[in-house]
Amino acid sequence: MQTKHSNGWLRANRQKIAPWVFLAPAMLFFTVYVIAPIFQSMWYSFYAWDGIGEKEWIGWGNYIELFDDDRFYVSLKNNVIWLLLYMLAVPAGLFVALFLNQNVWGMRFYKSMFFFPFVISQVVVGLIFTWFYNPNFGIVAVVWEFFGATPPSILGDERFVTYGIIFAGLWPQVAYCMILYLTGLNNVSTDQIEAGRLDGARGWRMLRYVILPQLWPATFLAIVVTVIGALRSFDMIAIMTQGGPYGSSNVLSYFMFEQALSEYGFRMGYGSSISVILFLIMMVFICYFLWVMYQEDRRG
Amino acid sequence: MTKLSTILTGLLMSVAVSSVAMAEDLVINFDDPNPAPKEGFEAAVAAFEAAHPDVNVIVNINDREAHKTAIRNFLSANAPDITAWYPGNRMAPFVDAGQFEDISDLWASDSNLSRNFEAIKPTMTRHGKQWGVPYSYYQWGVYYRSDIFEENGIEVPTTWNELLGACDKLKAAGITPFTIGTKFLWTAAGVFDYLNLRTNGYDVHNALTAGEIKYTDDRIKAAFENWETMLDRCSFVANHATMSWQDAIAPFANGEAAMYVMGNFSVAAYKDAGLTEDQIDFFEFPEITPGLPRAEEAPADALFIPSGAKNKEDARKFLAFIAQPEIQGEWNKTIGQLPPNSQAPINKDDKFIVKGFETVSTAAGLAQFYDRDAPAEMAKAGMEGFQEFMIHPDRRDQILERLDKVQERVYK
Repeated sequence: MQTKHSNGWLRANRQKIAPWVFLAPAMLFFTVYVIAPIFQSMWYSFYAWDGIGEKEWIGWGNYIELFDDDRFYVSLKNNVIWLLLYMLAVPAGLFVALFLNQNVWGMRFYKSMFFFPFVISQVVVGLIFTWFYNPNFGIVAVVWEFFGATPPSILGDERFVTYGIIFAGLWPQVAYCMILYLTGLNNVSTDQIEAGRLDGARGWRMLRYVILPQLWPATFLAIVVTVIGALRSFDMIAIMTQGGPYGSSNVLSYFMFEQALSEYGFRMGYGSSISVILFLIMMVFICYFLWVMYQEDRRG
Repeated sequence: MTKLSTILTGLLMSVAVSSVAMAEDLVINFDDPNPAPKEGFEAAVAAFEAAHPDVNVIVNINDREAHKTAIRNFLSANAPDITAWYPGNRMAPFVDAGQFEDISDLWASDSNLSRNFEAIKPTMTRHGKQWGVPYSYYQWGVYYRSDIFEENGIEVPTTWNELLGACDKLKAAGITPFTIGTKFLWTAAGVFDYLNLRTNGYDVHNALTAGEIKYTDDRIKAAFENWETMLDRCSFVANHATMSWQDAIAPFANGEAAMYVMGNFSVAAYKDAGLTEDQIDFFEFPEITPGLPRAEEAPADALFIPSGAKNKEDARKFLAFIAQPEIQGEWNKTIGQLPPNSQAPINKDDKFIVKGFETVSTAAGLAQFYDRDAPAEMAKAGMEGFQEFMIHPDRRDQILERLDKVQERVYK
């Protein structure tokens, strides 16, 4: 009787239960490996802890130190530069996509070549650009010396280093945005283009008023992945400069790693406080994106 | 990996128990898989097994960087009986957290350890107790291109002025006096340590790395002034901030630069870059303050017993065994370094070892290295400061004030 009853309840509600059953594993792992560590980090950020010894509660101590730390402001400034310049990947990706969106013999090959940098590992991209920039034997040295100039030490000069790394990072990011736009362009309605053409729109006006509005989903996605990419720009810096020279190319994510986990670090509390700040910055963007998506959903 | 080794340990244990009665396992985590270091270590293990057939040694070899990360986990999770690590301030976190075994008893009872390791004993000591046994160390100094010196009629400099004079001659010949690669920072610390040791001496080095004197202290400023002179007259290769120490060998090997402040481990790399024994040689960093007792950088590598070890008895036997003069001599002959045991034979065929032994055995004091004597956080900030100073000497005061600020926090 009892089993029959519960069976009946399951049966009656299976439409409602099924999604939760399917979601359960993902939710479990997301909670254990993403949500819980966020709160753990916040908790650790109030301690002085080297990872093996006794934890010592120091309240806001890590944050007070952080806001008095020059390296934090250097990293923060570089993060802002990354955010701004990385955005170039979106229009550049659009441009490449428009350029490649034509029917010429061998176009698939060209498309795949343009997409290539996104496929290879960031580590490899970093290494390749490190060699490009090498003032002794890199391509930069060859070009500068051809014009009789002394090649700049791009990765060794605090004035250029961040821009040098961002430029390297843009290469795969442009490819990523390009592929988003190429798929977007496939879905552009031909009817509307025809109609626009009948109304005399062409060139820039066609792009601005007919094509781009239809590409909004792709643009939105491109912006989201680029913002996230800029904020977690870690691998390029680790490979190309390790935050150097003397910390001038640091960003928050690498600074956090350096303080908490690198050879001279193991300040888990301080590292956690940096990651909390980075998390708060990301939250601003995440909330904005969620809000935009929510608004669009409502509009239907 | 650790799980695998546990399983293997278990398997081997059961086999051992069934075949040889009373055979004990001794697990050692070593940190250098390069051919020569591996060979030297394995030979020492083989000799130990021959002398102690009742002990079954199990060896795990990891690479250096991986070992540095892994040690923090395996010391508490799955402690081996012996692990490789570094003395000086590098062992401090583990000693203070109670993860290394106090082996002062061994140092006191073993007549070889108590008599033949006087010079290196202080760096193995913390809170008045000894925590490990060193198996190897190496000298630092100036490696130079003897052929270039000869071509330009330059004598090996023994004083500061002679060094500056040699630099003038090299520059006149279109050669950059010094090569260096500061991408990974520590190479700059080698130069600073020597300038500080020669300007102010061993006690100031120790007081600075122990946080007892400030970076804006006049003595430290004087060392920096000498560094400025050196940057000016003995310039270093351009773009050093983008090069690793291995990258910096290129200008040295192709004759664009003539000197390199380095440790003896670099000799093999010079030879790999195509230089022969006749082209390279070694001299002690020249005297700056006349009459100051000469101290040297001589970082050591050591073995420690984790406090979580299961077989501490055999681990002690092993440490005492590898401290013996013959074992240390043989091991270091293989890896081309110096044996810390003062009675150990050295490789007389290697001129760098002969000179290095002379250098360190007559030194008034042995420093470990800036980043091993100073706590990690101070070392990192300090070395970034050194690199910045080498590129922007005009920022000296600003850098030193910043280091004071870090120092205040680190040593509170």
